[in-house]
Amino acid sequence: MTLLDTFTPARALPEPLPDGVAVRLSGVSKRFGDGPTVLEDISLDVREGEFVCLLGASGCGKSTLLNLVAGLDSPSAGAVRVPGGRAALMFQESALLPWLTASQNVELALRLRGVGRRQRRERSAELLDLVRLRDAGGKRVHELSGGMRQRVAMARALAQESGVLLMDEPFAALDAITRDVLHEELVRLRESQQLTVLFVTHNVREAVRLGDRVVLLSSRPGRIAREYPVECRQPRRIESPGVSSLSVAITEDLRTEIRRHGGQS
Amino acid sequence: MTVQAPDELASLEAGLDALELHEEPRLPRWRKALTTAWPPVVAVGLLLLGWELAYRAGAKPTYALPSPADVGLVLLEQLRDGTFAEAVSTSVSRGGLGFLIALAVGTPLGLLVGRVRAVRRGIGPILSGLQSLPSIAWVPAAIIFFGLGEAAIYAVVLLGAVPSIANGLVSGIDQVPPLYLRVGRVLGARGLTSARHVLLPAVLPAYLAGLRQGWAFSWRSLMAAELIVSSPELGLGLGQLLDQGRLLNDMSLVFAGILGILVVGIAVELCLFAPLERRVLRRRGLLLSG
Repeated sequence: MTLLDTFTPARALPEPLPDGVAVRLSGVSKRFGDGPTVLEDISLDVREGEFVCLLGASGCGKSTLLNLVAGLDSPSAGAVRVPGGRAALMFQESALLPWLTASQNVELALRLRGVGRRQRRERSAELLDLVRLRDAGGKRVHELSGGMRQRVAMARALAQESGVLLMDEPFAALDAITRDVLHEELVRLRESQQLTVLFVTHNVREAVRLGDRVVLLSSRPGRIAREYPVECRQPRRIESPGVSSLSVAITEDLRTEIRRHGGQS
Repeated sequence: MTVQAPDELASLEAGLDALELHEEPRLPRWRKALTTAWPPVVAVGLLLLGWELAYRAGAKPTYALPSPADVGLVLLEQLRDGTFAEAVSTSVSRGGLGFLIALAVGTPLGLLVGRVRAVRRGIGPILSGLQSLPSIAWVPAAIIFFGLGEAAIYAVVLLGAVPSIANGLVSGIDQVPPLYLRVGRVLGARGLTSARHVLLPAVLPAYLAGLRQGWAFSWRSLMAAELIVSSPELGLGLGQLLDQGRLLNDMSLVFAGILGILVVGIAVELCLFAPLERRVLRRRGLLLSG
């Protein structure tokens, strides 16, 4: 496959990470100004090619954590290490720029990396083909459905060729049918492109459906409460029995975490 | 457990995409033109009818209220001997030049106020205050400062138009969704690159609205200035034509002048700003119907 050949994960490491580790958070804490601590002592390794889901209720600092990994913000304590110092980030809204067409959005990511004009055009066509939107390249953002927008956003994220994809509840605003299809699409892309994914969600089933590992965060401050390896193998579906049983167990733990905030104890 | 093969997923996606997209039917151009054209035509017709009736009823003496036909005749005569064309072209070139200068001054000023906090605190309030100051208030000062000449006219035009253009840009910068700026940073845009690829395109609709208002202010200020600043060397603009009508007590000429000012204003709006704005908004899906 030609795409695999052209896809080179960033290998320039300013601070070398051990082999096979794509993202390393060591003792990361974050507070904004004099406010409460949002994240406390988070240590997490994401292996190359691993799909990790961060799961938590409101106030667990999931999005803050992703911003730290994406380099949009810096930790108050501890260190975040990502190969090449950068990662692609997808948001809940597609965040496509509405004055550009679908393919121009993808091309902008390439352009900002210094890719030449002809290569940009070819590569963006390849990427749109990859998310099966070959014919939608000339469409404007408002002419695309929510699901199509997120697929373009995926193509744009892939155009960054950082090898690490951060996703901040990217499917939360989609209807259930579209979300289901995009789950399948993401699993497929992740395999074909050998992506490392750090996926934030508050949807337990989604986390279990997608992840190789689910990390449960407690809230206020966000700490790692527990980790669950997902044993049920891909391909799986949101309604697969293995997904169900693990989801039930995680939901129980999540509720316990949440209850701690309501009680007098 | 059944899991779809990749091509099954592809066809599922294709089906979903097809279901969620709906092409809007487009009216043919002539029908659209017809539906937008008739209401203003009827309104103008009714206005003329009312005017004619008031004239026939003798609501005012004829020197104060000429008939539409009288005004039309004066206008025709002015058109024939070239006075009207001269006045229009003098005023339009003044207005156009004044607007371009205002553009060149207002744009960097707006960027500065929008992006630099200290500058915003310092002159932001002054700028928005200036916008509500009728520019005719500047005319006496401009005459004392620059004398009766073109410089005084341009000074008044600039003081009217620059704040509008700058303020449009400032409010545009304030309304840029922070998400776009974050996306730009994630994609690796910093500083000037970010301004070029994210900030400026995002600001464009508000900037255009500011320009449109800036033109309206230029044109208005120009008329105010021309009415008062007139001397034989200055040449004849529409404002001066109006003033001439007043001196000669020639109401038909005054009406013809007003008509000229109105037509230029509407023409610039319809031929320049409206299509430009519509195009930008339509590309972004911000215009509901074609």
